[in-house]
Amino acid sequence: MVTCTGCALLCDDIEAIVENNRIKETRNACRRGAARMKGCVNRLVPSIDQQPTDIESSIRKTVDIIKNARSIMLFGWNNSTCEAQAKGIRLAKKLNAVIDDTSSFCQGLLIERILQKKLRTCSLDDIRNKADVLVYWGSDAQDSQPRHLSRFSYFPRGESRQRGYEEDRKAIAIDVRESNTAKICKGHFYRIPLKGDREFILALIEALSGKVPVYDTKKMLELAGILKKAEFGAIFVGIGLTYSIKEDFDILIALAEKLPNFNIMPMVGHYNMRGFNEALFKETGFVNRVKFEKEAIHDDKYSIMESLIEKNIDAIMIVGSDPLASLPRPILKDLASIPVVCIDPCISMTSKIATVTIPCAVTGVESGGTAIRMDGKLIRLSKIITSGYMPDEEIMDRLLEAIS
Amino acid sequence: MVTVMELYQLLPRTNCKKCGESTCMAFAVALLGRKKNVAACTPLLEVNFKPQKEKLESLLLPSAGAEETGLIVHPELCTGCGNCVVACPVDVANDPHGAGMGCAPTNDKVIFKVVDGKVIASNIKECRRFGKSRVLCYACIDPCPTGAIEFV
Ligand code: SF4
Ligand code: SF4
Ligand code: SF4
Ligand code: SF4
Repeated sequence: MVTCTGCALLCDDIEAIVENNRIKETRNACRRGAARMKGCVNRLVPSIDQQPTDIESSIRKTVDIIKNARSIMLFGWNNSTCEAQAKGIRLAKKLNAVIDDTSSFCQGLLIERILQKKLRTCSLDDIRNKADVLVYWGSDAQDSQPRHLSRFSYFPRGESRQRGYEEDRKAIAIDVRESNTAKICKGHFYRIPLKGDREFILALIEALSGKVPVYDTKKMLELAGILKKAEFGAIFVGIGLTYSIKEDFDILIALAEKLPNFNIMPMVGHYNMRGFNEALFKETGFVNRVKFEKEAIHDDKYSIMESLIEKNIDAIMIVGSDPLASLPRPILKDLASIPVVCIDPCISMTSKIATVTIPCAVTGVESGGTAIRMDGKLIRLSKIITSGYMPDEEIMDRLLEAIS
Repeated sequence: MVTVMELYQLLPRTNCKKCGESTCMAFAVALLGRKKNVAACTPLLEVNFKPQKEKLESLLLPSAGAEETGLIVHPELCTGCGNCVVACPVDVANDPHGAGMGCAPTNDKVIFKVVDGKVIASNIKECRRFGKSRVLCYACIDPCPTGAIEFV
């Protein structure tokens, strides 16, 4: 059995059939996972100023850039092992760098509240064994974490849920559109207007407090009724919800207080986002947007977006991430004006504009390590085949060595 | 499982309509859905299409067993989510501590398995829609988010 790194569910029940040092067939991995395990379509090659070179020259050039930068940002980290992340944080400390990750425009706010223990949470195994009411909110798990419903939440039989999903569990979807997940929650789909989560939460809090909510009264009372009866509930908070209430995030805490039988689960996409958030939190008390000086300073101006727009940084090293493709606004011109180092197994939009590229191994396929599942469980990653590519952890070692 | 594209590539692709479909693509879809027979495409009977014809017949053969219950998986729609694997009552009964609990199947007695990211069906005879005491079971169709499972 090997582990899939296609998403933060880190399914560790995968069979990989290897022939001639290639994965010939996968079993039990979903389509997304199977594609991930078969590797990149376009492999990255080492380059400097868009000219192909050898890996040693790329590393040397990177050392030059990180040594000469006045204020460098180390960004990415969500597709790296815990071991590589720890070394990345160490490198950031040594360089007095700014460090940030994808959670900065994703689930950071939520994971921070969970690590601060402001929100109750539980493990996915608890959900499989005990949960009777499941709420997918702003999350299309069926698309982003395809095996979430089948492995842990709705379909499996668990210790106290032996009778199958039709009788023992209820799945509810709250979303702005009828996603594939919502289709499965037949009869329990609550469609809300775009950015309507805040109002929906406030109305739900009223309904749970025994008041008559003004907003969609009938449906709201029905939903409150189901939630109140839950023995063990889970709210799967997707990026849709986190994003929509980011200005007033603590209303989610207020809602959770009204639902003592519920746990909050962050629906994480990238396989080790939570790992990075936990590591940085342990080191600094914050999950992202940190600058190391004598001590760690946390400020929104250290997010990748702000840093680029405000020109707070004069170089950036991006590890296993494609901000050019995933950031919510165009940042091409900001990135193009500073040296960009891109460390990744595959060609990406970011690698195409990078000053230096360093190809690395595909974690979970060509190199092993550990990662943290969306619920906080440490999972071992497998090295399935051997390749000549350096794991990103080893690249961090080389950089640490070169600057000390 | 064979895909529409694979079948289409083997057809003459002239859209001659002799099969009664308006395009070869439509015929490929009908083949996959087992609504038409390979023989309906008369141009395929010509000698120079012999290899294509044989390939088509062999591609359509493996799921011939499915005809009795009519179970078809459309691989191009399947996301490999495994909902059907875990929900099928036969899988639960035959593998309670594997598939039934949401884990990887632990034996070969299950109907559904995910291979290379897509579901394949075997042991079709175990399906509750089959045999003397058959029931109209929907436990694999209803949990499928993409409509990839069909009974014809
Ligand atoms: S659900 Fe995620 S971890 Fe599991 S097999 Fe699919 S992509 Fe891989
Ligand atoms: S008879 Fe065959 S070649 Fe002609 S349109 Fe039909 S499928 Fe295509
Ligand atoms: S119809 Fe029922 S028994 Fe047959 S394969 Fe589907 S879920 Fe299983
Ligand atoms: S439920 Fe549908 S999409 Fe999911 S594995 Fe089964 S056939 Fe494929």
